[in-house]
Amino acid sequence: MEDMIQMDRTISTQQDIKIEAKGVQVFYGDNHAIKDVDVNIADKTVTAFIGPSGCGKSTFLRCLNRMNDTIDICRVEGDILLDGEDIYDPKVDPVQLRAKVGMVFQKPNPFPKSIYDNVAYGPKIHGLARNKADLDEIVEKSLRKAALWNEVKDRLNAPGTGMSGGQQQRLCIARAIATAPEVLLMDEPCSALDPIATAQVEELIDELRQSFSVVIVTHSMQQAARVSQKTAFFHLGNLVEFDDTDKIFTNPQDSRTESYISGRIG
Amino acid sequence: MQSLTLPLLVILGLTISGYFLAKTRALQVAGGDIRKLVSLPKQHALNTVLATAIPPVAAILLFSVYNRLTEGTGSWLFTLVVIALAVTGFALSLIGIKVQTRARTFAERWILGLLIFASTIAILTTVGIVFSMLFETFNFFEQYDWKHFFFSTSWSPNFRGDSDLGIIPLLWGTLYISLIALAFAVPIGLFAAIYLSEYAGSRMRSVAKPAIEILAGIPTIVYGLFALITVGPFLRDYFASPMGLGQSASSVMTAGLVMGIMLIPFVSSLSDDIINAVPQAMRDGSFGLGATKSETIRQVVIPAALPGIVGAVLLAASRAIGETMIVVLGAGAAARLSMNPFEAMTTVTVKIVSQLTGDTDFASPETLVAFALGLTLFVITLGLNVFALYIVRKYREQYE
Repeated sequence: MEDMIQMDRTISTQQDIKIEAKGVQVFYGDNHAIKDVDVNIADKTVTAFIGPSGCGKSTFLRCLNRMNDTIDICRVEGDILLDGEDIYDPKVDPVQLRAKVGMVFQKPNPFPKSIYDNVAYGPKIHGLARNKADLDEIVEKSLRKAALWNEVKDRLNAPGTGMSGGQQQRLCIARAIATAPEVLLMDEPCSALDPIATAQVEELIDELRQSFSVVIVTHSMQQAARVSQKTAFFHLGNLVEFDDTDKIFTNPQDSRTESYISGRIG
Repeated sequence: MQSLTLPLLVILGLTISGYFLAKTRALQVAGGDIRKLVSLPKQHALNTVLATAIPPVAAILLFSVYNRLTEGTGSWLFTLVVIALAVTGFALSLIGIKVQTRARTFAERWILGLLIFASTIAILTTVGIVFSMLFETFNFFEQYDWKHFFFSTSWSPNFRGDSDLGIIPLLWGTLYISLIALAFAVPIGLFAAIYLSEYAGSRMRSVAKPAIEILAGIPTIVYGLFALITVGPFLRDYFASPMGLGQSASSVMTAGLVMGIMLIPFVSSLSDDIINAVPQAMRDGSFGLGATKSETIRQVVIPAALPGIVGAVLLAASRAIGETMIVVLGAGAAARLSMNPFEAMTTVTVKIVSQLTGDTDFASPETLVAFALGLTLFVITLGLNVFALYIVRKYREQYE
């Protein structure tokens, strides 16, 4: 059984490159937050970013859909290519980019609207549904994918803020996948959840891999080992090591990686 | 008044000496070692001060209320009681200073009492206002039919008696002017708030926000002058006359427009705070889904802030309903029931002033009607305020 999973992973990592980052530097004012990072993120793969707090993994994640644009003092240098196109090109509209590269945040942040409207929000603003029936279908499909449909199908008009934390986070995931993104960025999606909700979200991430490329930032090394095929280890703004998850956790090349995964730093 | 001088001096003297005596005595009972004391010397001192000052001052307040009600004057007995209270408090708290005395707890209790007293005053004042109005309103309705007051559509007070005192034309003027003011202030104030909180840079914001709030500091009589000499003639010459809607410079439109300007900072300042209180996570969530800034504001930020904004608008509305000076100078004092916004009309508040400042007998219905008008207005604005508070409170429970 174990071998089968291993094989599965090896096959699934032989995919096209979805996002290619070359020489990425990020500055917050005078603070050099990300130093010369190169990463290739493969399609239909889960890539995990691990590292101690403040190492820049979330900052780097937010570069991938230009969420850092909303922070005035933040400056990004280097190239990030999505399907071979530079996302920091002046011609690129960050709004369109974010429709392709969805994001799930650390704290569940459902809008103070009904469950239905939360999920329908993205499809509505991007005009993905031609009529109400279409929209209904998208909402149902997204909620099913997020393993939430059975729990909420009878109360789609109830406010999204009234659900439990785990349900809220799955609602946010449903909301993100309703816009049919190509890449899904997840910034510590389980840090506010209990172990049961975490397990549900992890299972979900594994299923999402069929349709999207998923990038997940996590503090939990067990989580990275469970859900990802590729792992990147960040330390003090540097990308220390990036390889297959098995290799990072069983046979790390860099001594810093080894210290971190064995709990000596971080 | 003279009878108060002596007791007040005694209280002051005892309080000051009590402060120092208590400190010294506390150290004395502890034999100079401050660590043996359950409460610190300064806490003993505070307790003595409060115990000396509060009971006699409270007694003075009670006696003066009592005197006011019974039309009596201060007597030597009253002076004696006050001084006795001060001396008792002073003596008891000084004698009570022992190593084990919990002066801190006692002082806290005195302070708690003071705080409760302060909040009671605020509430009792409201109740007092209502009762004083109720009293005179009853007098009015004894002399004038209430059905006539509430349902008659004409207002023509008459010195010889036999007046028509229907509230409807006044209420209509009040609501008409308030509606125009709100129709003007709400969009402008809200858009200004959205610009300030979502689009303006920090430097622009630090200049623009106080600049808008200057409007709130202008006295309403100055707004009235602005209405009288600038806005009124302008509206008459460029709108009312050409459109054949009248020749009057004082009009509902003039007063409404100027009142709207006065209300802009109310709406914008409150809405700005409320929009800022919408968590950044909401905006991030929307941006992360590929929404533009204006989509985010229209579909996430404003709906999330809506209950608070409604609260702000209702507070502005109760300001508009209570406004007097702008109406006197901008809309005139003629009670009229008309749809034409360029005609002179007047409001409840203006009529309250003119009925009370007339030469008529105070007990006549022509004067007493002012209290009935005031009470009606009070009930309306109270209702609006309660409604606004209810909505604002509901909004607080929106997140998490």
